[in-house]
Amino acid sequence: MKQDFEQLKEEIKYEKTNSCVQCGYCLPVCPTYATMGKETHSPRGRINLVKMVGEGRITDLSVLEEPMDLCLGCRACETACPTGVEYGSILEAARAAITRRKKFSSPVRTLRNTLFKEVFPSRKAMSFIGNSMWLYEKSGIQKLARKSGLTKKLPSHLGEFEAITPAAVSPQERSSLPRVTPAKGDKKYTVAFFVGCVMDAMFRKINHLSVKLLTEAGCDVIIIENQTCCGALHAHSGELEESKSLAKRNIEAFEREEVDFIVNNAGGCGAMLVEYDHLLADETLWVERAKRFSEKTKDISQILVLCGGIKAKDLSPQWVTYQRSCHMTNVLKVTKEPLQLIQSVPNVEFIEMNDANMCCGSAGIYNIVNYDASMEILDQKMENVRDTKATTIITTNPGCLIQMKLGIERENLKESMRAVHLVEYLAEATGITESPNSVNL
Amino acid sequence: MITTENVKEIISIVKTGRVLTDESDRFSYSFDGSFGTYLPDVVIQTKSVEELATLVKLANREKIPIYPRGQATSLSGGPLPVQGGMVFDLSVMDDLLEIDEEDLVAVVSPGVLTSNIHNAAEQKGLMYPPDPSSSRVSTIGGNLAENSGGPRGLKYGVTKDYVIGLEVITPQGDIIRTGGRTVKNVTGYDLTKLIVGSEGTLGIITKAILRLIPKPPASETVMAIFNSLVDAGRAVSKILSSGILPSKMELMDQASIVAVENYQPSGLPRDAEAMILIEIDGHPSAVTAEAEQVSKVCKDVGAREVRVPKTKAETEEVWKARKLVSPAIVRIKPTKISEDATVPRSKIPEMCRRLQVIKKKYNVHLVVFGHAGDGNLHPNIIADKSDKEEMKRVEQAVAEIFEAAVQLGGTLSGEHGIGTMKAPFMEMELGAAGLDMMKKIKQAWDPNNIMNPGKIFPEPGQKLVLSE
Repeated sequence: MKQDFEQLKEEIKYEKTNSCVQCGYCLPVCPTYATMGKETHSPRGRINLVKMVGEGRITDLSVLEEPMDLCLGCRACETACPTGVEYGSILEAARAAITRRKKFSSPVRTLRNTLFKEVFPSRKAMSFIGNSMWLYEKSGIQKLARKSGLTKKLPSHLGEFEAITPAAVSPQERSSLPRVTPAKGDKKYTVAFFVGCVMDAMFRKINHLSVKLLTEAGCDVIIIENQTCCGALHAHSGELEESKSLAKRNIEAFEREEVDFIVNNAGGCGAMLVEYDHLLADETLWVERAKRFSEKTKDISQILVLCGGIKAKDLSPQWVTYQRSCHMTNVLKVTKEPLQLIQSVPNVEFIEMNDANMCCGSAGIYNIVNYDASMEILDQKMENVRDTKATTIITTNPGCLIQMKLGIERENLKESMRAVHLVEYLAEATGITESPNSVNL
Repeated sequence: MITTENVKEIISIVKTGRVLTDESDRFSYSFDGSFGTYLPDVVIQTKSVEELATLVKLANREKIPIYPRGQATSLSGGPLPVQGGMVFDLSVMDDLLEIDEEDLVAVVSPGVLTSNIHNAAEQKGLMYPPDPSSSRVSTIGGNLAENSGGPRGLKYGVTKDYVIGLEVITPQGDIIRTGGRTVKNVTGYDLTKLIVGSEGTLGIITKAILRLIPKPPASETVMAIFNSLVDAGRAVSKILSSGILPSKMELMDQASIVAVENYQPSGLPRDAEAMILIEIDGHPSAVTAEAEQVSKVCKDVGAREVRVPKTKAETEEVWKARKLVSPAIVRIKPTKISEDATVPRSKIPEMCRRLQVIKKKYNVHLVVFGHAGDGNLHPNIIADKSDKEEMKRVEQAVAEIFEAAVQLGGTLSGEHGIGTMKAPFMEMELGAAGLDMMKKIKQAWDPNNIMNPGKIFPEPGQKLVLSE
């Protein structure tokens, strides 16, 4: 019994909770504390709940379930924390401990297994799912979540997501990227491009444009085979073992090529990749390899700036705003480069929104499984977006992009506003087109 | 102990807010920034003063403890529900924030964040001076209940100096108003001042009228580095007796300088025994002249280096070092026991000396920094609460810090409040008769002892316990 308890303490990373001095500095930056209005849904509150488990005051882990589920995992709290509490790590450990002890009904377990073990990690499967199919798959997750008690409300909002699904791309565009795309002009770096699962299945166009921007900037771009999902969705859902095995697969795959950087275009994936060394910290055989991998991981904006920026032409005068990816800001700490690139486009006026660093409520699959909570956060965000009077919202992560599109739809702003990925915006500004022919396919 | 009937009644009273009874919610209102975990029976969130007053009537009838709470940044245990009962989460009452430029007052509800008052006042060229370092998180209600201070206390005083009127729910559930909108008001007993700093033991503040002053147009910072802590103390006294009243005077001892340098190196002198940061505010030309004079005094007293940052960025860099002390020291060990014993200004060097003796005697990791100008030092002990033996030594060291402060004519607490942790030392400072007088006031106000029971007044034989 005592041994079990000691093991549980280790599992939930009780020790890490002790660096929280409960000063509350995280409260004003937490989106769920702002919208849900109770300490239970604040970082300090959640850490305390984990602490209480570690001190034997809470013995039923299901008490933690809702507070942990309703966390967006945006990790804004980490940037406000004066004592450096590793909130992300505590959250993931708690979710994993809850998941391990949870008795899913058997169809739910099968579905979970299929999704997390076979669908996300498989490029083939994700490719098959493709653009619009992805959302139906997401709806599968939602049904699963409902059955497993993750959400108590019947979903009635899927139509909204359908409306914002990107238009299906032509088979030509869906064709894979070439293994190597050489740099235009003088080669500055050799980079491996991380395609990601959601980006690849749903926003392949953006991946194509990313490769073009990188080659224009002077990079040889390699698409490494056998790469897989980064594992972020797994880690955030408490499937820690699965995310570790994906991390190992990626490390192995990318070790095969000698590259200067591993480049991605999704803040959420980037944050996962850059923390592989934390994820595998307990595995002595892997930690060094993970560290090398993490060190090479860069966001595309960093590489473009490193290569001297983009060659932007004049766009028609317009106002733009930027909805940051939380993981890009709070985990990768990439904040200057996207702004630098946006502001390098002539004629474009950048307007910062209020509470720019607040999460938009997308957070992986949060907007599906915790729809109401997510929409409350989105509505606050859209108010701030509206105030900027911008016509373009730029994002740096697929989840945020979908959420912003949804926000525009909900607010009936479709006529006057659009949401794009930074890569799309920069491609537009440099005159790079989406046509696959010009990517040397 | 609260009954199911009580809970039903509470739910029926709270029509516009929420009553939280889930285990996860109760645990989430069981702590503050100090020590200990105490489970409330219910947590109530409502913006309605009438509903709160009705709940107080119920509590008074049924003898259910009530614990008012802001955002629980307290370092003394103010909001801890040590006897269970009801927690009133007053942070939800954040709607009212009016700045009246003609009367020079702000009218606020208790859940408004202190920094929001700062910002609102500044937008109109005014200033609300009390500036606890938690002001971006702490609610004004908490500041009022604890009579919070901050670095600017030296020149501008503390919370109580800026409160001229209150709306309060008494322990009988009546809603009363004290003071008003005028600076001058001598009608009857000054209940406003009695309520401010009473740590929630006399009633629940539901509205406050705060005094504002014109915002000084300019400020300048001087940083002085000393080889000896005693010299630094002398510099503080010399500056204050030279006809200048700085807005802030912050001290960092060697242990805090080293901790900050280890945490985020910025070229601070590790070998210096002390550093003081001085801010002067006022009219631009006066500020420049006074900064020069302050620099000269520091040099005369033996400062080895005096820096006057020129740009805003440089100034921020200098103050960042002070801000980093708290986070830096908890990297050493996880448990921080933050004290705020305060002594008369002239006794700062002697207090510093005694703190060094205590540090050696009990072999504890003691760091000293804080508001040197008003004698409000922050001796912080850094420990590991899982080390029982160490925590025993910490308990003894803390007790001796209090003794030293009181012996030097100072006080147990300058700005954090008594709460649970300092209650055992009350008699030492106040004497039996002094403490008894306070108890009589409490009994007269709250005969059923429902308002924040278990705070300020020690139980017979109560001792400081940090090792759980």
